[in-house]
Amino acid sequence: MHEGKFKQLFYATDDTGEYVKVNSVGWEPENIAMQQAWEEVNTKIEDARKRMEAGEVSPILYYMEKTIMDLPLLASYVNKFQWQVKRHLKPSVFRKLGDDTLRKYAAAFKISLEELKKAGK
Amino acid sequence: MSDIQFNHVQTAHCECGVISNIFRFYGLDISEPMALGVGAGLFFGHLPFVKVNGVPGTTYRVVPGAIFSRVCKRLGVKMESHTFSTVEKATAELDKVLERGMPVGLQSSVYYLPYFPESYRFHFNAHNLVIYGKKNGNYLVSDPIMENVTEIDPKSLAEARFAKGFPAPKGKMYYPVVVPKEVNFAEPIKAGIKQTCSDMLNIPLPWFGVKGIRFLAKRLRTYPEKVGDRRATLYLGNIIRMQEEIGTGGAGFRFMYAAFLQEAAGILKRDDLQGMAHELTAIGDIWRNFAFTAGRVCKSRATNGNGYAELSDLMMECAASEDVFFRKLAALKL
Repeated sequence: MHEGKFKQLFYATDDTGEYVKVNSVGWEPENIAMQQAWEEVNTKIEDARKRMEAGEVSPILYYMEKTIMDLPLLASYVNKFQWQVKRHLKPSVFRKLGDDTLRKYAAAFKISLEELKKAGK
Repeated sequence: MSDIQFNHVQTAHCECGVISNIFRFYGLDISEPMALGVGAGLFFGHLPFVKVNGVPGTTYRVVPGAIFSRVCKRLGVKMESHTFSTVEKATAELDKVLERGMPVGLQSSVYYLPYFPESYRFHFNAHNLVIYGKKNGNYLVSDPIMENVTEIDPKSLAEARFAKGFPAPKGKMYYPVVVPKEVNFAEPIKAGIKQTCSDMLNIPLPWFGVKGIRFLAKRLRTYPEKVGDRRATLYLGNIIRMQEEIGTGGAGFRFMYAAFLQEAAGILKRDDLQGMAHELTAIGDIWRNFAFTAGRVCKSRATNGNGYAELSDLMMECAASEDVFFRKLAALKL
């Protein structure tokens, strides 16, 4: 999962039962669980991308998934209530949003205002 | 400025690691397992109503920050701690303390740490790291879970310190102001053990301690029927990650705690604690067996329901063993 680059520290016993610190790249269950978590993230991103391209949702959903946020977290980043963010997920509402609001979203997603606007067209 | 000689040692867990690394800077030697033990960090909790991304929360440790405050209290260390309303104030104060030659602990979100392994970068806000200086405009970082020291640019650090969500770091920084050079670990060890036993056995709520393990074991059995196969594997994956991944040192802090008991046995000159360490290692092995089997179930997405019954039995075995173990530990006359 870490391309073998990152080694975590574990505590393990040696032959005499004494604890020693060992470096390890992780073991099977951890890697499976981690892979599964990322698969879930990627499925959600892909889903959102398709729905955005089909015009069902605004780019805000896509970028929210892409930055691994959920509704409460995104709402706190843009200083809005969750119901407001939920409204902004509708393409029709998104198109009417002013630059000030869009700029907040773009900052939260760490993209430019133009990029966010372009994705909505 | 900031030619601080900071001796970085990689640790498994960020909170215990920061304690160990910062205290060593002031001449107080405390290993990571000792920090876990004195800080009574080992725990278990399962809170089905606290959901993160729709997945019920499971923890093998006490709430973030508790280990730190308990260690400080028991060892007589005085910390100065601040949160901030703006990035500017937070940066100014950090620079000021670094200028005085003192390393500073920070709470941060791992999502914004560029040096962090990509696969770990979720929005996890309770990560601890140490900044020990500045070089060419970048901050020098001793991140306890990394093998080596590294650097971070001011912009990323500000984002990490002011991440939103729960628990919001609000730029939190902390550093010791009084650190005793000579510490007798005997009493702090005893107090830590006593508190952990009590946390595991005596909380009169079903979600915590040994009761909590049984509670989760029971729920696990019916996951596929209750929430469907897909969600069941997600729930299971989260348990594995909490137990094996997020810097626990293996088996949900059980191995690290056993290492603590071993160290404590030497300090208190008690062979029976050495025996307890071996017993806990055996319990840790059951937890690892659980994780191993759970991983298999996740991967195969087995719809044959049996997988979950087996996992439930394994976790019940963990509960029964820990029940016996902590009663025995609590009964030792230390």
